[in-house]
Amino acid sequence: MALTPAPLPRGEGSRKNQSKTQNFIAQEHGGRCPPYERTMINENSEIILSVRDLRATVDGTEILKGLNLEVRAGEIHAIMGLNGSGKSTFSKVLAGHPDYEVTAGEIQFKGQDLLELDPHDRATAGIFLAFQYPLEIPGVSNRDFLRVAFNAHRKARDEDEIDVFDFDDLIEEKLDVVKMDASFLDRSVNEGFSGGEKKRNEILQMALLEPALSILDETDSGLDIDALKTVAGGVNQLANADNAVVLITHYQRLLDYIIPDFVHVMADGRIITTGGKDLAKQLESRGYEWVLEEFRAGVTA
Amino acid sequence: MTSSVSEVSVLGTANQRDAYLKGLAQTVQAAVPENLGLEEVRSRAASFLNEQTFPSTRQEDWRFTDLSAMLAIDFATAGEFSVTEADIAELRLPETAGAQVVVVNGRVNRELSQLGGLPEGAVVGSLGDRSELQSQLSDRLTQASGSHEVFTALNTVGFQDAVVVWLPRNLVVETPLQIIYLSQAGEKPLVAQPRCLVVAESGSALTLVEDFWGDSTAAHFTNAVTELWLDANAQVSHSRIEREGAGTFHIGKTVVTQARDSQYIGVAAGFGAKLARHNWEIYQTGEQTTTKIYGLGAISATQHADTHSLVALSHPHGMVEQEHKAIVDGKAHSVFNGRMAVAQKAQLTNASQLNRNLLLSDTARVDTKPQLEIVADNVKCAHGATVSQLQSDEIFYLQSRGISAPQAQRLLIYAFAMEILEKIPVETLRSRLAEAIVQWT
Repeated sequence: MALTPAPLPRGEGSRKNQSKTQNFIAQEHGGRCPPYERTMINENSEIILSVRDLRATVDGTEILKGLNLEVRAGEIHAIMGLNGSGKSTFSKVLAGHPDYEVTAGEIQFKGQDLLELDPHDRATAGIFLAFQYPLEIPGVSNRDFLRVAFNAHRKARDEDEIDVFDFDDLIEEKLDVVKMDASFLDRSVNEGFSGGEKKRNEILQMALLEPALSILDETDSGLDIDALKTVAGGVNQLANADNAVVLITHYQRLLDYIIPDFVHVMADGRIITTGGKDLAKQLESRGYEWVLEEFRAGVTA
Repeated sequence: MTSSVSEVSVLGTANQRDAYLKGLAQTVQAAVPENLGLEEVRSRAASFLNEQTFPSTRQEDWRFTDLSAMLAIDFATAGEFSVTEADIAELRLPETAGAQVVVVNGRVNRELSQLGGLPEGAVVGSLGDRSELQSQLSDRLTQASGSHEVFTALNTVGFQDAVVVWLPRNLVVETPLQIIYLSQAGEKPLVAQPRCLVVAESGSALTLVEDFWGDSTAAHFTNAVTELWLDANAQVSHSRIEREGAGTFHIGKTVVTQARDSQYIGVAAGFGAKLARHNWEIYQTGEQTTTKIYGLGAISATQHADTHSLVALSHPHGMVEQEHKAIVDGKAHSVFNGRMAVAQKAQLTNASQLNRNLLLSDTARVDTKPQLEIVADNVKCAHGATVSQLQSDEIFYLQSRGISAPQAQRLLIYAFAMEILEKIPVETLRSRLAEAIVQWT
């Protein structure tokens, strides 16, 4: 497969260049039908996320150095890259983690300035981050946690809070998405959960909160195949024409189960290449070095 | 400002402290009713007390708990108080209906106590009404280990009444027993000395709630002592709740003596008082005892709460689980000293101790000291202590699910507290305290 390295996403030219790249990808995939009969890519669909020239620091060190990304409704994006490339930082910046400071650029989420919003307002606006390491909250039952979160979303939409009984009916329905037993609801949030159970619990939250944009930060790391299939199955079930998913991963294996429309490679705090799902396979077999080399060549050319 | 500083320093001298303790002892002795007997134990306690001084922070046991503010207060003993149902109605628990003792400033109030729901054979009531128990009492009342301690001795020389709970062999009391200790303010600052004796004879079982309550901001001194005796195979579940008024100095002693195969489960929750100290001592007198003690403190402003626990094991196969938690806000100061003494004979002991502290402000303070003294060589003793603030990652996790930061903080504090409160076996008490925590945060 031919690969077009994305030009340096910098300054005025970057948006144009990036959209050219995406057109190319879209054409390339035009005649093919991804698994699960997903044919959701539609250039006219709503732009859910638009990131321009994003720069961010943590403890004074710049981690994101001019990141550009556009995500439309119905799309699944994968962001791959080596450790330290800034993938996880990007996910945390999107969710509004207080340790990360955005120093330049902008993020539009469904036409809103995301950077103006507090983390909980981002969540109720429709951003969902599935954590790489979901936190344990001893003493808070999963059921209570999910209900409080669900009601926070309802309140943000000026809807009445749902009562305990109606919520129980709702959540038990959602359990099927991740094949979780109802007994999980009465345990403390993530406490004593296995790695797989924690990740399934993240997807359960995603199923409940129905976000417009789900960012899955290394949700596949450390999962055995069965758990991976369950988690991927849940994500596929939840992805639809009105929402979008960004998968952040080290490993191509996840992308066998959740087929991305776009694969981006991150290095040194920006997206250096964008391709289709085959790019992930190439990365798996050839490593990242060749991409980095092509990128460097493009920079110097 | 200058005068108050010099006043404290003068009051803090050794002579002043000696004199203060003697004065306090005379005050409480003068109020002892004549019909209670116990002259011998009282006079022994008086001789012990005579050699003591009022504690200062120079003593290791009181290093972090400064009582010198008491020295400026002239406490008087409480006389009769008119207390009505309205004063205690909200403290009654539905689960304990028919098994409620009401104690006002250290004296049992017969009109408000309701004891119709207790099974035959269970003795519950005022010491003054239980003269038939005199001979048996002398082996138990005031006889627990650890009585040679200044405030316990002060209580012994001067308690005006005592609640006696005596369960004969194999009596299982299904209804939880609730003792409400009400601190009522008077015109002058008052000292009240509640005393309670619980004897659970072999094979008996009891759920006990002790509820120390006051809502006055006036200066008050509660000096409480509860002795629990668990004979062989007895089981006692004990919840001790301290919610005294904001002007109260509360010093409490709970001493548990456990014979072989007995099981004691205790929960102590302290939210009130200006200064609260709980000395919680468990002495094992036979093998294979089970001891589970859970503590929770939630204090703010300038409150001070100190728990000193001791679990003394001297026989094999003992099991001890201890968890103590404190939530400290404002300029409050929490102290935990958890001593476990595992003697040579206490082989195959399995003990764990965990102390977790949550600081909610930069000016809150925690002093914690696990103190393990292990002589036996074949034992398991785990311990740990943590002091932390609310974790920003935990708050962020909740925020990322749409929960605002203040709501996330409340949820985390609530969760921290509930891990202890959920050990309380009486549901209404548990839910009321949970509600109190929600209000408090």
